[in-house]
Amino acid sequence: MELTERIEAYLNGEMSGAELEAFESLRATNPALDQQIVAHQAFITTLTNYGKKKKLMSDMNAIHETLDVQSIKADVIPASTLVRMLWNKYRVNAAVAASVAILAVFTSLLLTGYFSHNATKSDMNLLRRQVSRELGEVKKDQKEILRNMEAPVNPGIFGGTGFALTANGYVVTNSHVIKGADSIYIQNGKGDSYKVNVVYDDPAFDLAILKINDADFETFGSIPYSIRKAQSDVSENVFTVGFPKDDHVLGKGYLSSASGYKGDTTEYQVDITVNNGNSGGPLLDNRGNVIGVIKGKQSLADGTGFAVKSKYILAAVDSLQNTSDAQIVLNKKNQLAGLSSADQYKKLKNYVFMVKVY
Amino acid sequence: MSREIKSSVPEDSEVILGILNDSKKTLEGIYKAYFPMVLQLVVTNNGSEDDAKDIFQESVIVLYDKVKAGNFELNSKLKTFLYSVCRRLWLKRLNIKSRSSGNIADFEGIEAVEQDLEYHEEKDRQFKQMDEALGHLGEPCRTIIEEFYINNKSMQEICEAFGYTNADNAKNQKYKCLQRLKKLFFQV
Repeated sequence: MELTERIEAYLNGEMSGAELEAFESLRATNPALDQQIVAHQAFITTLTNYGKKKKLMSDMNAIHETLDVQSIKADVIPASTLVRMLWNKYRVNAAVAASVAILAVFTSLLLTGYFSHNATKSDMNLLRRQVSRELGEVKKDQKEILRNMEAPVNPGIFGGTGFALTANGYVVTNSHVIKGADSIYIQNGKGDSYKVNVVYDDPAFDLAILKINDADFETFGSIPYSIRKAQSDVSENVFTVGFPKDDHVLGKGYLSSASGYKGDTTEYQVDITVNNGNSGGPLLDNRGNVIGVIKGKQSLADGTGFAVKSKYILAAVDSLQNTSDAQIVLNKKNQLAGLSSADQYKKLKNYVFMVKVY
Repeated sequence: MSREIKSSVPEDSEVILGILNDSKKTLEGIYKAYFPMVLQLVVTNNGSEDDAKDIFQESVIVLYDKVKAGNFELNSKLKTFLYSVCRRLWLKRLNIKSRSSGNIADFEGIEAVEQDLEYHEEKDRQFKQMDEALGHLGEPCRTIIEEFYINNKSMQEICEAFGYTNADNAKNQKYKCLQRLKKLFFQV
């Protein structure tokens, strides 16, 4: 301890005279002492440097406290750089996060069967009829064509039903019946066939209006039914006439719901037997008012036919008249009311046609 | 893309003089004049404001050490020196974080400061060693050592402050403390 004190006194220059001389000569002759002095001096220097640095740091921190770093930052860094900087900093994270998200989405879609076709397929069958033809029949036709090139070619592919709207040749059917049509003909029960043009087509309500474009056509005669404007009541007895085969077929049933497929309020649900080919047929109540147009049925449930409500026919007529010079005079007088079901059918069937789409 | 940084810059020779005299005003002048530059450098290159503060303060310490060791020659501008040191320090830290692509957006000219930084690293190591040793020393030893060797208090003052009956007891205590500190320092 005494030695340390003496070394300190020596280093601090507190020795004088004989004492200093004695110590210096001792240091010169004693390398161990010399080493000790040097080591002590170095250590004390380190210690004082430590103190100075500590003080400098606390001074700087005090100054830093007085600065408004945010305003300096806003001053030296333009906003666009700030965005780019954030992008540089986080782009890797963002890319990883996005990849994970995409992977997760597709994995869960795969696992929940989103990609399997059955899940997305609608169980609503639109009742347009695909006309199947025997191979032999086709061959026979071909022979006939070869024999007589002037024979009418009749490769009908799809068919549905349509009904007269006015006496002067306007016919209502479904939009899906005439979808993708090259040319369209309508055919009545006697086998007379007329060419028609599409004058109105609205896939949203699945309604289309056709106009006979044929020199042979004169008139349908006065239409025996009227089109009902108001909503019909559930439980009302209804019937339809259509062409699920190559002849008129009557279907009877009742209105079972005021809304259609998946709650679609533009449709009625009807408990009625309908099949492919019935699409576009008129749905009438038993007083002879057209209250809808048959359009489809639910494939997985019984007795669930669907029909577009008749007020949308009237809307279609309005919009056709507004956009063209079509002359549509709707029949207001109902000749079917009070008739027996058999008589109603007899009168009605002359105004219901098979729609053939080529 | 560099924006001109507007702040009053003190004369370099005045600054050197101020550092040698431990002037607080000089330190404040340095801080206000050059911190924005370093903030710009660090923040533009993936750093935060706190990173900028650390880097800047470290560079000031390097400057002080260099000036006080008497080997700061005014052959380049003080600004360039500080910028170069900060740039070097920040690159190093980016490498440690391994977030760097090796490129850094520059705002000022640079000069070689590797030697200064080697010297600084050595001193920094000593500083941390001493910090740890003092941390392990415990009270009242730590305060006695700090008061005597760093704050330059006399033995008499320390004796009164700690309530020793006479200066010899205090000296005895100080000697023991110093021995322990040395032991701790060279142990770490």
